[in-house]
Amino acid sequence: MTTKYIGKPASRVDGLEKVTGKARYSADFKVEGLTYGFIVSSSIAKGKITGIDSSRALALDGVLQVFTHENVRNLPWFKLRYTDLDAPSGTPFRPFYDNTIRFSMQPVALVIAETFELARYASSLIKVDYEEETHTSSLYQNISKSFKAPKGKIGYVPPKSRGNADAAYEDAAFKIQAEYKHSAEHHNPMELFSTTAIWDNEKLTVYDKTQGVSNCQFYIGNVFGLAYKDVRIISPYVGGAFGSGLRPQHQLFMAVLAALELKRPVKVGLTRQQMFSFGHRPATLQKLALSASPEGTLESVRHEAYSETSQFENYTEVIVNWSATMYACENVELKYELVKLDTFTPLDMRAPGAVTGVHAMESAMDELAYTLKMDPLIFRLKNYTDEDQVNEKPFSSKELVACYREGAEKFGWAARNVEPRSMRDGKNLVGWGVATAAWDANQMPSRAKALLSIDGKLVVSSGTSDIGTGTYTIMTQIAAEILGIAIENVTFKLGDTNLPLAPLEGGSWTAASVGSAVKTVCEDVRKILLKHAVKTKASPFYNYDPNKLQIDSGEIFDPNDSSKGISVTEIMRLAGVNSIEETSTSGPNPLVGRKYTMNSHAAVFAEVKVDEDLGTVDVTRVVCAVAAGKILNPKTARSQILGGVVWGISKALEEESKLDHQYGRFMNHNLSEYHVPVNKDINDIEVIFVEEKDDIVNPLGVKGVGEIGIIGVAGAIANAVFHATGVRVRNLPITMDKVLQIAEDDRNQVAV
Amino acid sequence: MKQETSTLETDDPFSDTLPAYTLVNLRINGQTHKLRLQPWVSLLDAIREYVGLTGTKKGCDHGQCGACTVLVDGKRINSCLTLAIMKDGAEITTIEGLADGEANHPLQDAFIEHDAFQCGYCTPGQICSAIGMFNEGRAHTLEDVKEFMSGNICRCGAYTNINAAIMEVKSKLENE
Repeated sequence: MTTKYIGKPASRVDGLEKVTGKARYSADFKVEGLTYGFIVSSSIAKGKITGIDSSRALALDGVLQVFTHENVRNLPWFKLRYTDLDAPSGTPFRPFYDNTIRFSMQPVALVIAETFELARYASSLIKVDYEEETHTSSLYQNISKSFKAPKGKIGYVPPKSRGNADAAYEDAAFKIQAEYKHSAEHHNPMELFSTTAIWDNEKLTVYDKTQGVSNCQFYIGNVFGLAYKDVRIISPYVGGAFGSGLRPQHQLFMAVLAALELKRPVKVGLTRQQMFSFGHRPATLQKLALSASPEGTLESVRHEAYSETSQFENYTEVIVNWSATMYACENVELKYELVKLDTFTPLDMRAPGAVTGVHAMESAMDELAYTLKMDPLIFRLKNYTDEDQVNEKPFSSKELVACYREGAEKFGWAARNVEPRSMRDGKNLVGWGVATAAWDANQMPSRAKALLSIDGKLVVSSGTSDIGTGTYTIMTQIAAEILGIAIENVTFKLGDTNLPLAPLEGGSWTAASVGSAVKTVCEDVRKILLKHAVKTKASPFYNYDPNKLQIDSGEIFDPNDSSKGISVTEIMRLAGVNSIEETSTSGPNPLVGRKYTMNSHAAVFAEVKVDEDLGTVDVTRVVCAVAAGKILNPKTARSQILGGVVWGISKALEEESKLDHQYGRFMNHNLSEYHVPVNKDINDIEVIFVEEKDDIVNPLGVKGVGEIGIIGVAGAIANAVFHATGVRVRNLPITMDKVLQIAEDDRNQVAV
Repeated sequence: MKQETSTLETDDPFSDTLPAYTLVNLRINGQTHKLRLQPWVSLLDAIREYVGLTGTKKGCDHGQCGACTVLVDGKRINSCLTLAIMKDGAEITTIEGLADGEANHPLQDAFIEHDAFQCGYCTPGQICSAIGMFNEGRAHTLEDVKEFMSGNICRCGAYTNINAAIMEVKSKLENE
C-alpha cells in the first residue's frame, strides 16, 4: 500500500502555518470595531470590597465602560450554572457576583476602551477600597485541618488500601520513611489567555484559548442564559495549555459580559501576571514509609498526601494511587487529604497527581534500594508486577521490562558504580538515577464527521483541540490511511463548536478518543464507496463482493485481479453522488475496562553533574524509554516525550510558584522569576518507543503520549543527585541552596 | 513631530490628559505603514493591533520570553520593550517577511522538518531570533547557539529540535 500513513514520521500538517505566522491563535482574529478590555485584579487575598471609584477612568475619552460587581446585574445566582466539565465539587468562582474577595488577584473590575493602551491606563485609575480579613495561604501550617478528599471531579478515583502496612512495616528488616514537599506550579503556556467575543444578530461568536470549545459553549450558555446553538466557540490554534485551558478562564467571562452589554466586539486578555490568578498545580506534602525483606521484596507501602484547595472548590487529583499499582506489594496504605486555603482552586497540570506522587514514591524506592544495598534498577525489577493489585486485573499490555532493558542499554546503566560520590568530571560530581512512570490509557466518547467531495478531497472534523500535541497531523494520517487516499487530499478541522462533539483535550486520551472516531467515520465512508463500486452498473466491479475490494491511493481495486480498477472520484461520478458525508461516534468498550487495567509506562534514566562547591545541578543526559502502545507518528510523539522530559527537568530543578504568605499572593508572577528551562538548560535527551502491541486498549492500539514523558523524570533526577552527592533533596525544586544546606546538615549529623 | 494636544505637562496629580497622537512611518517587511499613534504604543502592539500582522506574538509584554522578537535593521529585538515611535523609518522584518517570494527562509523549512515546535506560539520569535543570531556572526558551536538562543523560551520544550534545525541551516549557509 502506498497510502499507508499510520506510524510514519510525517511532518506536521499545520507546520507551514506555524513557521510563517499565519496560524491564528485566540488573540489574532481581526474584527471590525474591536474594543479592548483590561482586568483590574484585587490587591488583597480575603475580605470585602467596600467601594470602587471608576470615575477617573470613565472620564477619559474612549473609555466605554467599567464593569464591577456593583453594576453587573442579571447574572445567575445558582452556583451550578457556573460549573464546567472539569470543575471539582464545590461552588465555582463567580466573577463580579458580589463584593467578597476569595483570592489574591481576583478580578474586581473590567475596563473597556477603544484601544488596549487606554484600557490598561484607565485600569490604573480605578480605586478599590477593601475591608481586609485575615487570610491563610500556607499548606504546611494547616495540615491539622486536612479532610478526606471528596469525589466529584472527572478522573478522580479515591485511594484503596490493602493488607496491613503498619504491621508489615513494624516487622520489616529494612525500612525508610521520608517527607516530600512540592511547591505550587503554574502552567505558563507561552500564549497569554485571550478571548475575543462578538455579539451579532443575536448570536455570539467567541475566539478563545481553550482545550475544549464545547466546555466553553456550555459555560457561556449557562452563565449568560444563551441557547447553546447561539454560542459558537472557535479555537483553531492554542499556544500551549498543559491543562490551563481545561476550565473556562476569567477572560472568557469578561469578554462575553462586555460584548453582550456594549453590543460591540471585545477582546480581553490576561497579562502574564494575571495568569497566576487562576488554577495551578497544588502545593503538596507527602509522607512515605516503605519496607522490604532482606532479599529486596517490597513488604509495605504507606503513602499519604496533603494537598491544597481553595475555600470554594475541592480540587482533587490522583497522587497516591500510583504507589499501589506500580510494584507488587501485599500491604499498602494510602491516604489523600485536602487543606482549604484562601487561594484560587488548583487545576490539572500536565500529568496531574502522578507527577507529584511518583516523584515521592520513586525517590523512596531509591532510598530503600540503598538501604538494601541493591542496584535501584534490580530492586524495581524484583518487585515488578503484571497485575493491577488494586483492582485485581491484568494490564491490557505492559512492556515496562522492555523499557528498563532498552533504556538501561542506551544509557549505559551497567557501568554504574552503586556508591554515591563515586563518579566525577573535574569539579563536578556525576550521578545516575532511574525511575519508573505510569499513566492511564483512557478513551472517551467522541464524534467525527467526514465529507468526501467529488474532487477527491476529504475533510474530516471533530471539535477537539491541538495544543501542540499534533492532533491535526495524526488525525489526517489516520483518515488518509483508513480511506486509502493521498494525505495531501485530506484536511482535518478542529476547535469549533460547529463541528462534532469531542471530549476535553487532556488526559492523554485525544489520540485514542478522537482517533477512534476518525477511524470509524472513514471506515463508514469507505464502505459507502465500495457499495457504489459494486452497485453501479458502469463500474468495473459491478456485482462484486465489496469485501474483496481495497482502496489505495484513491483507486479502488481487487488485489487478486490487477486488470481492473476505478478511481474514487470516478465511481462517485458514475454513481451520481457529489459528496459522501458521514458522522460517527466512537467510545470505549466498557467490558474491556472491567477486565483490564490500561496504562502506559516508561523508564527514565538521568545523568546529572553537580558542582561540588556551588551545588548547582545540570542534567546532562536523559534517556526516556516509553511503552505507549502504537505510536501513530514517531516524529510528533517524540516531540511530546521531549517536551515531557523538559517539563520533568523543570519540575525537578526550576519551577516554583512562591507564595508570600503576608499577602497570600504568588510573588514571582512573571517569566523572569518563575523559572522554566531555557535553551541552555537542556542537553541530550534520548527518546525510545519500545514495541508494544495492544489489541485490547482501543481500536487503534494507542495509549497517548502527552503525560507519560514527564512523570518519572523528577524522580530519576532526584535519585541521580543523591548518587552524585550523597545528598537526598526531597523537596522540589532541587535548588543549589538546598543541595548545599542538606550536605552541611548531613555533615553536622555525622559529626554529632 | 507635531503634537495635536498638550501632554502630561502639569503639576496636577489628578490630570488625566491623554498622550498626543503622532504620525509614525513604520517600514515593515518592505512596506511603509503611515500610522497615527500615541507614544505609549509598543512596537509589538503597533505591529499586531494597528498594522494587523499577528505572526509576532505577545508572551509576557515584559521582555522575558522572546515571543515578540522581530528584526530591526537586521538586529533582533524584543518588540514589546520598544515603543513604535522609536522605530520611525527603521527596516522592520517580522515572520511574515522572511520568505523570498514563494520560497520560505531555509530556517522555516528546517523548523518543519525537525519538528522544532509543538504549539508554535514561540516559533516566529525563535526563527527571527535565530536569524538575528546568524547576523551577529558569533555563534560557532552548538554550545554558542544554546547560549545565544536562551532569550527565547519554548514552554513545549522543543529546544533540542530547535537547535538541530538551527545547526543544519547554519552549516548550509556557511557552506554557500
